[in-house]
Amino acid sequence: MPKVTVDGVELEVPQGATVLQAAELAGKEIPRFCYHERLSIAGNCRMCLVEVKPGPPKPQASCALPAADGQEIRTDSEMVKKAREGVMEFLLINHPLDCPICDQGGECDLQDQAMAYGKSGSRYDENKRAVTEKYMGPVVKTVMTRCIHCTRCVRFAEEVAGVEEIGAVGRGEGMEITSYLEGAVHSELSGNVVDLCPVGALTSKPYAFEARPWELTKTLGIDVMDGVGTNIRIDSRGREVLRALPRVNDDVNEEWATDKTRHAIDGLMKRRLDKPYIRRNGQLEAASWNEAFQAIADVKAGSSVAAIAGDLVDCETLYAAKKLLKSMKSDMLEGRQTGLSYDVSNLAAVNFNTTIAGIEEADVILLVSTNPRWEASLVNTRIRKAVRKGGAKIFGIGPEADQTYPVEWLGDDMGLLSSLPNSVKDALEQAKKPAIILGGGALSVEGAHGAALKLAKEFKLVRDDWNGFNVLHIGASRTGGLMLGYAFDGGIKAIAAKKPKLLFALGADEMDYAPFEKSFKVYIGHHGDAGAHAADVILPAAAYTEKNGTYVNLEGRVQQSNKAIFAPGDAREDWSILRALSDVIGKKLPFDSFAELRAKMAKDHPELASEGLVSFDWAPPSGLPDKPKGQGVHPIKDFYLTNSIARASATMQRCSAELLHADDEVLEAAE
Amino acid sequence: MGFDFLQDKDRIFTNVYGFQHWGLKEAEARGDWDKTADIIKLGNDKIIEEVKASGLRGRGGAGFPTGLKWSFMPKESPKPSFLVINADESEPGSCKDREILRNDPHKLIEGALIAGFAMRARAAYIYIRGEYIMEAKVMEAAVKEAYDAGLIGKNAAKSGYDFDVFVHRGAGAYICGEETAMIESLEGKKGQPRLKPPFPAGAGLYGCPTTVNNVESIAVVPTIMRRGGSWFASFGRENNHGTKLFQVSGHVEKPAVFEEAMSIPFRDMIEKHCGGINGGWDNLLAVIPGGSSVPLVPAEQIMDAPMDFDGLSELKSGLGTAAVIVMDKSTDIVRAISRLSYFYKHESCGQCTPCREGTGWMWRVMERLRDGDATIEEIDTLHEVTKQVEGHTICALGDAAAWPIQGLIRHFRPELERRIRENAGAEPVMEAAE
Repeated sequence: MPKVTVDGVELEVPQGATVLQAAELAGKEIPRFCYHERLSIAGNCRMCLVEVKPGPPKPQASCALPAADGQEIRTDSEMVKKAREGVMEFLLINHPLDCPICDQGGECDLQDQAMAYGKSGSRYDENKRAVTEKYMGPVVKTVMTRCIHCTRCVRFAEEVAGVEEIGAVGRGEGMEITSYLEGAVHSELSGNVVDLCPVGALTSKPYAFEARPWELTKTLGIDVMDGVGTNIRIDSRGREVLRALPRVNDDVNEEWATDKTRHAIDGLMKRRLDKPYIRRNGQLEAASWNEAFQAIADVKAGSSVAAIAGDLVDCETLYAAKKLLKSMKSDMLEGRQTGLSYDVSNLAAVNFNTTIAGIEEADVILLVSTNPRWEASLVNTRIRKAVRKGGAKIFGIGPEADQTYPVEWLGDDMGLLSSLPNSVKDALEQAKKPAIILGGGALSVEGAHGAALKLAKEFKLVRDDWNGFNVLHIGASRTGGLMLGYAFDGGIKAIAAKKPKLLFALGADEMDYAPFEKSFKVYIGHHGDAGAHAADVILPAAAYTEKNGTYVNLEGRVQQSNKAIFAPGDAREDWSILRALSDVIGKKLPFDSFAELRAKMAKDHPELASEGLVSFDWAPPSGLPDKPKGQGVHPIKDFYLTNSIARASATMQRCSAELLHADDEVLEAAE
Repeated sequence: MGFDFLQDKDRIFTNVYGFQHWGLKEAEARGDWDKTADIIKLGNDKIIEEVKASGLRGRGGAGFPTGLKWSFMPKESPKPSFLVINADESEPGSCKDREILRNDPHKLIEGALIAGFAMRARAAYIYIRGEYIMEAKVMEAAVKEAYDAGLIGKNAAKSGYDFDVFVHRGAGAYICGEETAMIESLEGKKGQPRLKPPFPAGAGLYGCPTTVNNVESIAVVPTIMRRGGSWFASFGRENNHGTKLFQVSGHVEKPAVFEEAMSIPFRDMIEKHCGGINGGWDNLLAVIPGGSSVPLVPAEQIMDAPMDFDGLSELKSGLGTAAVIVMDKSTDIVRAISRLSYFYKHESCGQCTPCREGTGWMWRVMERLRDGDATIEEIDTLHEVTKQVEGHTICALGDAAAWPIQGLIRHFRPELERRIRENAGAEPVMEAAE
């Protein structure tokens, strides 16, 4: 541990720390533009200059200089101040003075630092540089004249996103940041460059000219677009969510978010269910809440009632529905809406046990019928880290998909699981931290789950300090649902076979409603999507930004999300709908407020009561079929359109059309 | 003239004018590749000792002691080590390496083997400036000759040491002459200098220990080994030993490249090798003694100065590559320096802020100062801007862009002010009448 002196204060810093980190530990703020904790060090903005002794008699870039024993660091000397003022002046001479029309205004690093190191006037009388706009895709707006060439976006694309599609061309004053052939950046993480950009060169295209940061109400939330449970900040104004930005959580999303997390939010204003509907003569007609409730009560379902939950539902809703069904003496609960029916007798056997952060340490990973880049993009960035930093070897069974890192694909045949090639066996055998990741596609193949568990045993994937057995769930509600018992033996098929008179569809939009033709279908959800089309009664509910809720992510991490805005029109929060309905049916639920509901849930399920990682005991079921047959599949066909909110989002539609279907044939009307 | 001029018997570069063929046979006749194996048998440390004893300082401009530089290379490393030879001679005024490349390539190849062996390098990369087309062709042919003769490659020159030499051609960027930018370029990336530390001796080409040396520094090594470090050290003043290729261009009667002992007084050098200044010594205005990136020195200061590292740094300039640019009184000195500013603006890689933004700013102000289209205060602003660039950048290009302007302001401020006043329409000299 080197001992350094920062502005006269002596302190010890960790081995390998830079001078910048040492200064921060001492509580000194070092201005910076190019330096970013999660990216490699470029050292090109020259804003973080400090004076270091011993060393040459000139200021040093603190971001790139290792802290060494006995260093005397000055961050407040005249030399440092002059040097930073000089750099700031250089940054500003060619930076346009268009802050009033710049979306970065109010949250701009350059603006902030100019307050500290800028001069009030300019000594530069020449013409300023102008740079033509570049195209970087549907979510990134560019105003490249504002670029200060920090290259954070270049490094992010190359290092984290794994797409080498952003770079610099030209040199000197003529250097320009651009995308490859000025085309869209083909990454599901491209929106992060907007956050990384310290100035207004890269801003959010859908959010352009929408608001100023100080007008926004900021609410801490949890994202539901995938099973990762990205920590987000929901920026809203009035009744509209304008932005979803990632929050820092090193265990989950670090500080990244997918483009879907960021930009599906415009779908929250489209295709919303804002009043109850009843199907009369085949047509959905608007109705009052009482009429709708009465129509449901009139079914007189008795105990012939089932509930199927979609992917975006919070635990409180699931719990309230479960309570309602229980009071009606039914246990037909299912959350695996695509029809999966894997064994859930031990939740550890269907959990991402290595944890999202832990997968970085794996040295051999076997992907089984999964495309983590689409199913859980931020788990994929961790795997990419394992490859880049730890040299992990990745094998894959199932259809090939570009993961941004090298994968040795073994084939599509799921039978490979029980007859792995020797090279893979050797690698797993010798690995210190081997891991296997089963995607949703794998669970749909009979025998794959059992075969994977057998591999776990054979190669000791589960050790004292390491659990390398992972199932990658796609739905934000999946793990919470499984914990609350939303897994009927035999899956949806078994429920359909019981021909329930009444079916509650809790935001279930990916399921097949055909087997429930005879059931009276009540859709409780927020978007006019597949579920609403099939419903006999629609009860308009709240989306994830419009309610408090608990979510459990794919690794079993309980996280609570807060309500940012009110649901539109007559729509209500899900739990209150179920509570009101229970009254009409005559099975009154025992809570009158969300707090009471949460307290009840906490009592029945203490593991859901507080935030944090739930530990499931590893006791995998034995005797599962373990001879998989057939082809592996990827459950996600279109990354940008995986749920009802995303499908309603114009931005996601544009992303899908442009980034995934750009080469599709354009259909034209026949004349 | 009391200076001991270099005698023909002591010249290292005996074919610098290309009067003989560059080929292997002729090179051997000139003494190259003579018992190279015996030199190598002395061992790594002995060679480095000898080079240290010779007092050889890097000939690429910075003047870092060459033997010391080699000794930074790790003795044991799990990775291979490399020698990179900097033949990206792009400094305006410099033209010595090209004479070696095209007329004496075997000196360089032999030097590469000896130097490479001394620093335990696996191979040498010769990075040749993109515009040096003929030189690259000669070099490639010479390397092939050497391979065919078994002088490099497996068991190079029957020394038992395996050593490869690769010729790599640049694409014409000045910045690729900076050692780490050269390494980036060799790796196939955009030529941008790297942050130091780590220094190339720790992590250079492909992350392996690397030493980057100038062509001349390497090419003199075989002769130093043959004639001894003390022979080389017998030339020049203390701390500035050896012989050196000087390149004199500009307003002299006979511009020339020639080898001469270090510390030769400027006046002697010009008189003996260049036939004097155009129009006589009274007509001398200023001299840029070490290539475009060092500050100019006005006539009266340079005339009797010794041409070596320390002598010129006392004049707040530098020997650089010993590319002496002589300017007589017909020179528009402001325009000349402005042209250099344009060069640095054009060649800045754009990576780090002060250089990217500063070089353009400096050039634009210089352009206006040419015609005096500025205010007196702007001279001070310009000087401050050069100070804001100098020492704040990743590599030395920022310094190189700043120094010529600083030199101009230091020595020719009255000229700058005169132009401003004249442009403003005032009397040439206007003083208060009181």
